[in-house]
Amino acid sequence: MLGYYFDLAIRSLKRSPGLTALMILIVGFGVAASMTSYSVFRAVSGDPIPWKSSRLFVPQIDMWGPKGRLDATNNNDPPDAMDYLDATALMRDHRGKYQSAMYRVSPSIVPPDAHMHPINVGGHAVYSEFFAMLDVPFKYGSAWAADSDAQRAAVVVINAKLNQKLFGGNNSVGKTLDIDGKDYRIVGVLDNWTPKPVYYDVVNTGGFTADQEDVFLPFTRAIDVDMQNDGNTNCSEIPKGSGFVGLQQSSCVWISYMVELDDKAAVSSYKNYLDGYFNDQKASGRFNWPLNNRLRDLPAWLESEHVVPSDTKISLVVALGLLIACLVNTAGLLLAKFLRRSSEIGVRRALGAPRMAIYTQFLVEAGTVGLTGGVLGLLLTWIGIHGISWVLPKEIASLARVDLNLLALTLAVAIIATMLAGLYPTFRASRVQPALQLKTN
Amino acid sequence: MTLHPMIAALRKHKAGVVLIALQIALTLAIVCNAVFIIYARVQNVQRPTGLDESNLFMITQQWVGAPNGDDPASIQKLDAMMNEDISALRSMPDVESVTPINSLPLFPSSWNGAMSLKPGAELRAGNARTTYYFGDENLMKTLGLHLIAGRNFTAADVTNKGFRDPSEANLVIITKPLADKLFPNSDAVGKVVYLDGSSTPSTVIGEVERLQVPSVSSWASSFVWNSTIEPVRLNSNFSRYAVRTKPGRLDDVMRAVPSKLYAVNPMRVLDDDSVKSFKDIRAEAYRADIGMAVLMGVICLILLAVTAAGIVGLTSFWVGQRHRQIGVRRALGARKIDILHYFQLENLMIAGGGAVVGVALAVGLNRLLMSKFEMESMPAYYVLVGLAVVVTLGQIAVFVPARRASNVPPVVATRAA
Repeated sequence: MLGYYFDLAIRSLKRSPGLTALMILIVGFGVAASMTSYSVFRAVSGDPIPWKSSRLFVPQIDMWGPKGRLDATNNNDPPDAMDYLDATALMRDHRGKYQSAMYRVSPSIVPPDAHMHPINVGGHAVYSEFFAMLDVPFKYGSAWAADSDAQRAAVVVINAKLNQKLFGGNNSVGKTLDIDGKDYRIVGVLDNWTPKPVYYDVVNTGGFTADQEDVFLPFTRAIDVDMQNDGNTNCSEIPKGSGFVGLQQSSCVWISYMVELDDKAAVSSYKNYLDGYFNDQKASGRFNWPLNNRLRDLPAWLESEHVVPSDTKISLVVALGLLIACLVNTAGLLLAKFLRRSSEIGVRRALGAPRMAIYTQFLVEAGTVGLTGGVLGLLLTWIGIHGISWVLPKEIASLARVDLNLLALTLAVAIIATMLAGLYPTFRASRVQPALQLKTN
Repeated sequence: MTLHPMIAALRKHKAGVVLIALQIALTLAIVCNAVFIIYARVQNVQRPTGLDESNLFMITQQWVGAPNGDDPASIQKLDAMMNEDISALRSMPDVESVTPINSLPLFPSSWNGAMSLKPGAELRAGNARTTYYFGDENLMKTLGLHLIAGRNFTAADVTNKGFRDPSEANLVIITKPLADKLFPNSDAVGKVVYLDGSSTPSTVIGEVERLQVPSVSSWASSFVWNSTIEPVRLNSNFSRYAVRTKPGRLDDVMRAVPSKLYAVNPMRVLDDDSVKSFKDIRAEAYRADIGMAVLMGVICLILLAVTAAGIVGLTSFWVGQRHRQIGVRRALGARKIDILHYFQLENLMIAGGGAVVGVALAVGLNRLLMSKFEMESMPAYYVLVGLAVVVTLGQIAVFVPARRASNVPPVVATRAA
């Protein structure tokens, strides 16, 4: 029966090609605009580590107090990064399963090939647990051992792209790399690990960045050799001392911190620990304001840092508005089209077709328009996503892409939305009084 | 023509009327807000930075294995390296002027603080927030700033310090908006200010007309013209230079820079991003704004086209449906123009009704965007212009089917349906 209705739908749509083309165009453009916006939104709002994000936490300690609050818009939140003193104290106490303080570095590298000029790379100074905590995939070698942190060892993990550039993609574990004029032993090569957003340090990277993450080296070592931080430094008062050491002794925040806590008990005991830490510091006279710590899991943290650009959300809202407008339009056109066939419906009803049959017939017709509009929408979405890469910021443009999920979703949205738009026209069609229609004709 | 028969006719197909009106309402709401977004972005992009932007470029470079800049000896070493670079750049043909600098307007790196009229104030609670630019006596000339009061720095005013040295300069030049904020009733030149809660005074020696802060993000929008220039060469393991070339020589000079600097000292990093024209800095800074404006423009165009097409489609259908009635009216003496006006007036009523709802929706959408995304409040005239636009659009769209209706011959009345 459905096949027959489909056949009827095709005949009916062919009878008024102009109106049919118009509906298909409207559905196609509406779906394509919203899907293009959605593809960008999906790219920037996805969970970067879905299997683990609910077990990763970012602690915040209020080391500035109320005087550090610049405005009232941030809900009285404490600073979103840590100073050196608190970050290293938390590392020392080591209360999570895994944890790492980290800061962004941007050292220079002298390539082993003497013909190449020195290059600049990006990366992070982290603790050894960073790799296990974030399930970082290794191509060759592994993370450095925990005692390398304590020994401030000159070791480094490099990312696949840098390995390609410097060593042609071969196993470079054990080789030496000149970073900022000092030799480091390569202990691991990552398997092209480029999470977006850079969720482990959104404070210093902004989440989405065109900068590469080429090297990871021990935090303790980086501090030892005065490797300057390359991200943000925020101060509530000017450091008393000079230089990088002055920064380390100040209450300026520039270090990101992440901790893995595997169950509720671990979370609540870590919370207690953080509160206890704050209260101890308060008792020692460092703070004179009330406890104001935060311990957010990764999704909540990304939300509070506004990692998804508001432009992306606005575009999505506006594009969804466009889709709704297109559907209202389609509903009007379908209504006109269906009611024009009142006499046909009257005859069918008079010959014994139940309302249900009329329903099915017209919904199949609406669905056919939706399917065709969806196919056009696929093409337009593909064009849209390629077009939008031209106008988006570089760091986001590369993330929006066409994949099977998006294609399937585009078709599904087109069909379902058009059938929704067809519901009321179909209802009206099914209400046609057979007697009246037969009489007037 | 009385409206009564028209309203009676509209009531016969309520659903169609409601759908067109709703469509027009949604169009109005979305187009108003989209155009408002476009306008805000375009305005952002068009504001002048205060620089003479042509023939200007910036170099960012990093020394390899340079001293850390934490002790006096290494600071002097870094300063000597910086001076070597500067004199090499100045010696290049077609270079007009060079200054060391920490950042430029629209460049994503900034140094921000607060300025106070009293010593030792809380850093974050100063009298005015400001951004800092550090350069030498050639900064004004290189950037093409307009000095409107006081004097420029001289070579003797310029000092150097480590990148993380918290001490403050004795002399500063500030922008007029900052001066007006700090000293609303008097001249700023010669006055004493305190930078970042410091207890040592700095004297304002000059005032420039306009100099934008580096950041174009919303967090800097409250102090976007509050800039302070300090006569300081900042010494670190990296350095930046702003260079002004002779007119039309920008590309040649930019191409020649890497080999010139490598010749001074090969142990440095100069990559693809190191030498950047101000034009490129501007393009990158505003890429997101321009992209958003383009996107909103495309959405507006699609929406207006869809709405117009929908009106044409539905009115055409109504014309077809009322073919016989039109013939009867014509046979009873209605002129062509009466039929045309009938459909135009009908559309005006529907579009007008939709637009009224649309005004409410437009304001509602604006409020929603304001509450969620730091949008400004949309001025009322946007909605009024939007209203005029959708009503006009309706009239244009209805014209073709309405004319077809007016061409229905009276003889149709005599034929069987």
